[in-house]
Amino acid sequence: MNRFFGFLIKEFRHILRDRRTLGILIFIPIAQLMLFGFVLTNEIKNINMAVVDYSHSDLSRKLISRINASQYFTVAYPSASENELPALMRSGKIKVAMVINRDFETEFINHQRSSVQIIADGSEPNMARLVVNYTQNTISAVLMDQFSVKPELAAIKPEVRMMFNETMKESYNFVPGLIAVILMLISAMMTALTIAREKESGTMEILLASPIKPIQIIAGKVMPYLLISFINICVILLLGVLVFGVPIKGSLLLFLFECTLFILVALSLGILISTVVKTQMTAMMMSGFGLMLPTLLLSGFIFPIKNMPVVLQVVSAAMPPRWFIAMARDIMIKGSTFADVWFPTLVLGGMTAFLLLVSARKFKNRLE
Amino acid sequence: MVETNEKVIVCKNMVKRFGSFVADDNLTFDVYKGEIFGFLGANGAGKTTAIRILCGLLEPTSGDISVAGCDVYKQTEQLKRRIGYMSQRFSLYEDLTVYENIRFYGGIYGMDAKVRRQKTDDMLEKLGIADQKNRLVASMPLGWKQKLAFSLAILHDPQIVFLDEPTGGVDPVTRRQFWNLIYEAVEKGITVFVTTHYMDEAEYCDRVSIMNNGRIEALDTPQRLKKLYQAENMDEVFLKIAR
Amino acid sequence: MKTLLYILQKEFIQVFRNKGMLPIIFVLPIVQMMVLVFAATYDLKRVDIAIVDNDLSATSRQLVSKIQGNPFFKISGSSQNRGDANYALIDNSADLALIIPQNTGKKIGNNGAAPVQIIVNAINGNSAQLSTAYLSGIISAFNSNLMIEKGGKVPGVISGEGISARYWFNEDLNYRIYMAPGILVVLVTVIGLFLGGMNLVREKEIGTIEQINVTPIKKWQFLLGKLMPFLIIGLFDLGLGLTLARIAFGMPVTGSLLFLFSVAAIYLVVVLALGLLMSTISQTQQQVTFVAYFSMMIFVLMSGLFTPVESMPQWAQTVNYLNPLYYFVLIMRSVTLKGAGFVDLWPKIAALAGYAVLFMSLAINRYRKTV
Repeated sequence: MNRFFGFLIKEFRHILRDRRTLGILIFIPIAQLMLFGFVLTNEIKNINMAVVDYSHSDLSRKLISRINASQYFTVAYPSASENELPALMRSGKIKVAMVINRDFETEFINHQRSSVQIIADGSEPNMARLVVNYTQNTISAVLMDQFSVKPELAAIKPEVRMMFNETMKESYNFVPGLIAVILMLISAMMTALTIAREKESGTMEILLASPIKPIQIIAGKVMPYLLISFINICVILLLGVLVFGVPIKGSLLLFLFECTLFILVALSLGILISTVVKTQMTAMMMSGFGLMLPTLLLSGFIFPIKNMPVVLQVVSAAMPPRWFIAMARDIMIKGSTFADVWFPTLVLGGMTAFLLLVSARKFKNRLE
Repeated sequence: MVETNEKVIVCKNMVKRFGSFVADDNLTFDVYKGEIFGFLGANGAGKTTAIRILCGLLEPTSGDISVAGCDVYKQTEQLKRRIGYMSQRFSLYEDLTVYENIRFYGGIYGMDAKVRRQKTDDMLEKLGIADQKNRLVASMPLGWKQKLAFSLAILHDPQIVFLDEPTGGVDPVTRRQFWNLIYEAVEKGITVFVTTHYMDEAEYCDRVSIMNNGRIEALDTPQRLKKLYQAENMDEVFLKIAR
Repeated sequence: MKTLLYILQKEFIQVFRNKGMLPIIFVLPIVQMMVLVFAATYDLKRVDIAIVDNDLSATSRQLVSKIQGNPFFKISGSSQNRGDANYALIDNSADLALIIPQNTGKKIGNNGAAPVQIIVNAINGNSAQLSTAYLSGIISAFNSNLMIEKGGKVPGVISGEGISARYWFNEDLNYRIYMAPGILVVLVTVIGLFLGGMNLVREKEIGTIEQINVTPIKKWQFLLGKLMPFLIIGLFDLGLGLTLARIAFGMPVTGSLLFLFSVAAIYLVVVLALGLLMSTISQTQQQVTFVAYFSMMIFVLMSGLFTPVESMPQWAQTVNYLNPLYYFVLIMRSVTLKGAGFVDLWPKIAALAGYAVLFMSLAINRYRKTV
């Protein structure tokens, strides 16, 4: 056991000495939180618009100034001509154009109708759809204001309640997701790389020839990253709660337990990768692109799993982060208890056991 | 031995500090054209640092040093054309074949393709591996790799070749063969600067300097050193100095 | 010049002799195109809805059957008990719930407004907004029908009559042809930043770099030799990706291919030089990987690949002027989908070219032939 501690201390020294990597390890979660918290949003803001006004009426001017006043649009070209629109849009100077027809005012007065064309840059479909939507609503609202008597209508009026997240904070979504990304990066990728490095430089042979047991070698390599992962969870949680107002409604203990379980899955993945690769380069490519991109894109973190083709939904079920993220959201935001999350817990536990078993086999084969 | 009085390395008061640690403390020595100059010392005595400075890989902290007529502060690139170097770490590309390694190194010294081909054939013939031209270096035994690395280091006919512990980890027979290659190089007029911690190799050198803790403690022919320290062999000389 | 050829020859042999390389060159682009483009979509495919109908009138049934008839909505449960809907939201069996209170039908019969409640699981705000918008759309169509049935006249202003909307460059608002060029940028970046960077540090770790440093090789020759193979692989993969995207999801290249590849070459030099720069200041492959990974993550997230740059705060948009990915994502999308050319994009191209020169000179400058 003493021998093991000696080895463990050596591993810690290695990591502590490499200040640059250590700094990045601590800095990554903070930078990512800040990015997701302050930079990345799908909300529409400051969209540049060109207006071609054939109507030149009071009503059209009212419409333009209303549009310009909204936070969504900036009317960058208030009196454009129709034939300069293609160039403006192609070079990205505008994303949307509004052509107000000559009969805009008369159509409204005579038929209570609009007479406007909206042209949006469809190369960004999401934005285009929202932009057209907002423009339509603004036009309707401006014209509705013109009615002196509002028509009384029989209608179903939906009242929307945003459950679990009344103020629509994006942090409720990204904090649990980021925990998964960070843990995957540090636990799986770093483990795979560090063991691959030992193999590449030939020092693994020396370690294997020493009286330290292989399992102790692996444990010693993995332990420091376990600790760093834990520090990172704490940092993310602290910032998440203090800066971004994310609640932890469920039991903190349960949550930390699940985090630990997920770290174990990630570590075993890293170990498995390191048993099959020979060089750091392949270890990096495998963990980087076999793990990171799926963690970002197939886990339901950014893009909902439901919207994916069935094949990818099946693939995503094999991704540990998918289970962890769903579970983390439930515990933190909905206040779920162990009774609610026993299934994903079981899945993660099963994955750990499976991965460790496979890597133990691979490891043995290599030694014989 | 083609000893002359022409100096190819002039080293006056070479000092190299890394922070507060002094790796080379005021080394002064000359190396003459055509001799085998041995650089002896325990691990960490400062040999590799000195050799790196002489090859233009590392800038000294102070001292007047010229190698093959080039100043090691300013003329490092000219210097590199005139010297060969074989490091203790592996200098051949393991994922290239014997021929590809030769072609590459020949190419970057700007050697004419015809000349290079001729030299390659001669060299492989001499090493007795003409039939292994297309073998990956990774699959060759260590002794062969070392002989090949040495032959590559002198492929472009340098004035001086620096060998940094060239024979680590091979058996005495292979080491002997390696030294035969060195003698052949010397006959062609190449000066050899070699570091080692094998004391039997020290006997093969024309002159040796013995380093300890960053200083040169002794510098002379092996015979005179043995006499001076009243020792049977170089091993004893070394132990007496190191103590 | 000849020296450079020898270096290139050696680098190419080494790259292609590495067995791990081939899957990276050929499989990575295919997987990325197929998996990521299909996965990265906000397009709704299915919304699970729980319905609590406490009214059970003809009107409420009509509304429910309208929802049922919509291809996006799947009714995951109906009941008269509000608690059931809550529970469905908690255990994720429903994304949203519609609660129709008593007397809804009566109020409509009296030509009045009848409130209904939509409760959405809003943890993922984006999906929540989208699914709410879809449901609201169904309800307003239902309202228009109601009024027509009652013989009332709907003012054209409300139904949006007279407003025509057109989407240029991508009429069907196909999300995949929007994502594909962006994903290709990531692919090209990965090749440049990682493979290029790792390659140099690998020589450091193995020790062959010392032998190189003692030869009269010029710094720029050596670095150019390290750069060229990956430049060619990157361009090859770009071609492969474009072909795949065309076959799999009909992504067009509206602009000039030659122009696209020329800009891609400039961009690749930027990332390759950046990779080399990182590796000249790192000692181990682990360090490079880490620095590269970290910077790439930030570059990608900020580039506008997933969320619009216009929505970012001003300071972030300013920071983006330093982000090569921002320029190239924009250029790729503009050239493939909008058919933009040099005239439309020259400021961006000039910026990229500037960075190419800057990073390359920095890399050459930082690379030391001394230890």
